[in-house]
Amino acid sequence: MPEIMKIVESREARTDLPNFAPGDTVKVHVKVKEGDKERIQVFQGVVISRKGGGARQMFTVRKVSGGVGVERMFPLNSPSIDRIEVERHGRVRRAKLYYLRDLRGKAARIEEKRKA
Amino acid sequence: MAIEGIIGKKVGMTQVFAEDGALVPVTVIQAGPCLVVQKKTADKDGYDAVQIGLVEKVSNRRITSPMRGHFEKAGVQPVRTVAEVPYSGDANVGDKVQVDMFKVGDSIDVVGQSKGKGFQGVVKRHHFAGGRATHGSMFHRAPGSIGASAFPSRVMKGMRMGGRMGGDQVTVKNLRVAKVDAENNLLYIKGAVPGGKNGLVYVQFSRNGKRSE
Repeated sequence: MPEIMKIVESREARTDLPNFAPGDTVKVHVKVKEGDKERIQVFQGVVISRKGGGARQMFTVRKVSGGVGVERMFPLNSPSIDRIEVERHGRVRRAKLYYLRDLRGKAARIEEKRKA
Repeated sequence: MAIEGIIGKKVGMTQVFAEDGALVPVTVIQAGPCLVVQKKTADKDGYDAVQIGLVEKVSNRRITSPMRGHFEKAGVQPVRTVAEVPYSGDANVGDKVQVDMFKVGDSIDVVGQSKGKGFQGVVKRHHFAGGRATHGSMFHRAPGSIGASAFPSRVMKGMRMGGRMGGDQVTVKNLRVAKVDAENNLLYIKGAVPGGKNGLVYVQFSRNGKRSE
């Protein structure tokens, strides 16, 4: 039975998105509907979490906007994500970077990953 | 299709995206293909219905000889599960029933057996509030009083108490078909349906429900 579930979920999953991991800085291009018009809004920040698997995967992007932390969660396979750009790969030692919420300014920086 | 229902197995739950981008929780059901095993008529049986059987691989020795004769008479392969469903218009023994009879947006009822919970107390089984956990309370999850004393000197019938919970036949009405995958015999239903994975479910068009066509 789980085999069928895998087929079902793989059909929902998007394959056109780049690989990214927690610690990476990404630009998420989101389709926003306003009345009958559709435009694209960019949300740039650090990926602090990826959770769930298969078709149900979600990720959280955090940015600091005007001194206020803003986090936004996206379903990875949502059709309202137009595209995702990976700006830089960060070197982190955790899968979930929730500790960034308690850090400000210099302390909240993430070191860039060196190419191996 | 003139036959009103189908037998299936619950595969599990996941989510799909609607066309407007909304996330829809769905239950995936592997439904059918089913075969019409017997046609019941008002003349002979007092009501109109068809008996359908879920086609699956079944060991020969699992079929009892009365059922074997029943299948031979119909000229269909032996099946493990049969169910009666109403039909309208034309239906004949040997007809195939497949998921493509459902369209996205159709209103359906799903019958299944709920998960067995074993012996449960009144808080879980009947949603009693229970008592206070702390501050010296000595009344936590007990049922409390179950009646008066000398009169009536007995407990009223139907008094809600602890006992076996779950494992009942449950019907969920007016669910919506979210997606149909005829190629793999999969039916996606918005929301939850009774029972666990691999549980048998019976899917039928709602009696007065909306039906696209």
